[in-house]
Amino acid sequence: MKKEIITFSRIPKIVSYYSVVGNKEHSGPLGACFDEWCEDDKFGKDSWEKAESEMQRRALAGVIRKANLEDKDLDVILAGDLLNQCVGSTYGLADFNVPYLGLYGACSTCAEGILLSSCLYGGGIVDVCGAVTSSHYCSSERQFRFPLEYGGQRTPTAQWTTTGSGAFIIGSEGKTSVKEALVGRIVNKGVSDINNMGAAMAPAVIDTLTRYFNESQHSPKDFDLIVTGDLGYEGSEIIKDLLLGNGIDIRKNHVDCGLMVFNRDTQDVHAGGSGCGCSAVVMAGSIVPNLEAGILKNVLFIGTGALMSPMTLSQGESIPAVAHLVHLSSDLGG
Amino acid sequence: MDKKEYIEYVEARSKKSPIIQNLIRAFLIGGAICSLGQALLELYRLFIVELKDAQALVSITLIAIAILLTGIGIFDNIARVAGAGTLVPITGFANAIASCAIDTKSEGYVMGVGAKIFSISGPVILFGTFSGVIYGIFYYFITMFWG
Amino acid sequence: MDIVINCLKAFLIGGAFCVVAQLLIDKTKLTPARILVCYVCAGVFLTAIGVYGPIVDFAGCGATVPLTGFGYAIANGVKTAIDEKGALGILTGGITGTAGGITAALCLGLIASLIFKSKPKK
Repeated sequence: MKKEIITFSRIPKIVSYYSVVGNKEHSGPLGACFDEWCEDDKFGKDSWEKAESEMQRRALAGVIRKANLEDKDLDVILAGDLLNQCVGSTYGLADFNVPYLGLYGACSTCAEGILLSSCLYGGGIVDVCGAVTSSHYCSSERQFRFPLEYGGQRTPTAQWTTTGSGAFIIGSEGKTSVKEALVGRIVNKGVSDINNMGAAMAPAVIDTLTRYFNESQHSPKDFDLIVTGDLGYEGSEIIKDLLLGNGIDIRKNHVDCGLMVFNRDTQDVHAGGSGCGCSAVVMAGSIVPNLEAGILKNVLFIGTGALMSPMTLSQGESIPAVAHLVHLSSDLGG
Repeated sequence: MDKKEYIEYVEARSKKSPIIQNLIRAFLIGGAICSLGQALLELYRLFIVELKDAQALVSITLIAIAILLTGIGIFDNIARVAGAGTLVPITGFANAIASCAIDTKSEGYVMGVGAKIFSISGPVILFGTFSGVIYGIFYYFITMFWG
Repeated sequence: MDIVINCLKAFLIGGAFCVVAQLLIDKTKLTPARILVCYVCAGVFLTAIGVYGPIVDFAGCGATVPLTGFGYAIANGVKTAIDEKGALGILTGGITGTAGGITAALCLGLIASLIFKSKPKK
């Protein structure tokens, strides 16, 4: 069988990580874990798009500061967001003067960024690589749904775009290793309901996890956590159910970033959080710190993205999805 | 699992909207808006003789209230609860116009507000006017032949 | 006493229009925008076949405030204009009948965009 899982001869480490969030995320269950937050979600700017860019700027500046590096130490940054032509990243990161590659992977962008950074480092192409992602509720609502002040009702399967930006630096120094990675395939199972993205993305996760466990020596119980970002409640239930049918039981150790970032009972987010920023801030705020502290030993992180545009949706197309996997491992103990 | 099976599987398991609760809320809030309109109508009728003019003024008043609530950021919170209760009365039309206008001001007043103010309400105006024209054609010829 | 009864009638009929739309939202794949378009066209059609007039007579604002009432105003505008001006009324009547509402909504919407900014959502 063809080997699909990527492994690295030079092991990439997570050097540093940083999260910036909005008010609602700061009021959520992980509120205290984030490095920076903004009360009015505007980050001192006069448009939502500028606010998102500012969030990314702060995240990258923060992660560089935290790693005791300077801008010029970065060999390349990989960044993406949900806005058309990835303008959240380009406008936010223009001032850093660092070689830049834009990514679009919708909610999978964080995993895609870590995966590609690891490949660039692991392949010996660069020594220090930044990965930044963001999403902003207000800017993506404007782009994908309705004007902010429009009075609409959400269905229970809808997800709430996270306002947040997470940044990571991949390099040689760090206590968290990127052991393996697996690039997702585009999977489209015909779901066309933008208010049920979890169901649209779940088949991609099932595809990626099934491929991973078929090839890997590991089984689900070898991992402290299997983190998906962000399937929300609907998608999480679907993958647990359907993977069990494939003989892969992840019911005990599965968590979802969309379910971690908000409290579904009190925060009126329906099926949970979504957006590029969701998994980025949960990874940077909670999962990676716990790996670094040795509380978690082995984590599978699967970033899931719904790759549609408002145009294809209005033309009646169903939603294609992708899920990228990275295996993170703590260097402490274990 | 092929596409068709998967969609059936998803639909069977996905959490459904709380329909009874939604219907009750839509009924109460929609009804309340209409009876507010009626109360205004009764009031305006004290000064305005022509019923049609008073009705138009009621619409304008409700539109003004809805746009004000949209501007101060309350309308969407009410609509989240009310659903069709605020959507179907003229308030929903006003909210659609005002929310588009407010939302697009960062893109300028001509191609932002000016062009996109119609992005949700436009279909209502277009198809309403068009069906009015079709009705007009029928009405014109029927009255012409029947005297 | 008449006022209370009129308001009650408006409440019941207006509420009923909203209930039907809510059912369509929750039970079918129709988006709210499509439902509004259907409501306006239904208003024109029901007025044309003579059904909507009596509902307005009974329920007052319960029938004129929902978007079907917008269709009612279009159809009535067309009818009046044709009666007065003949064929030209086919084109002038619809917008005339709804001129107050559309103009108010557009102008106030523009003014709102000058004054207000969109708020962060919780």
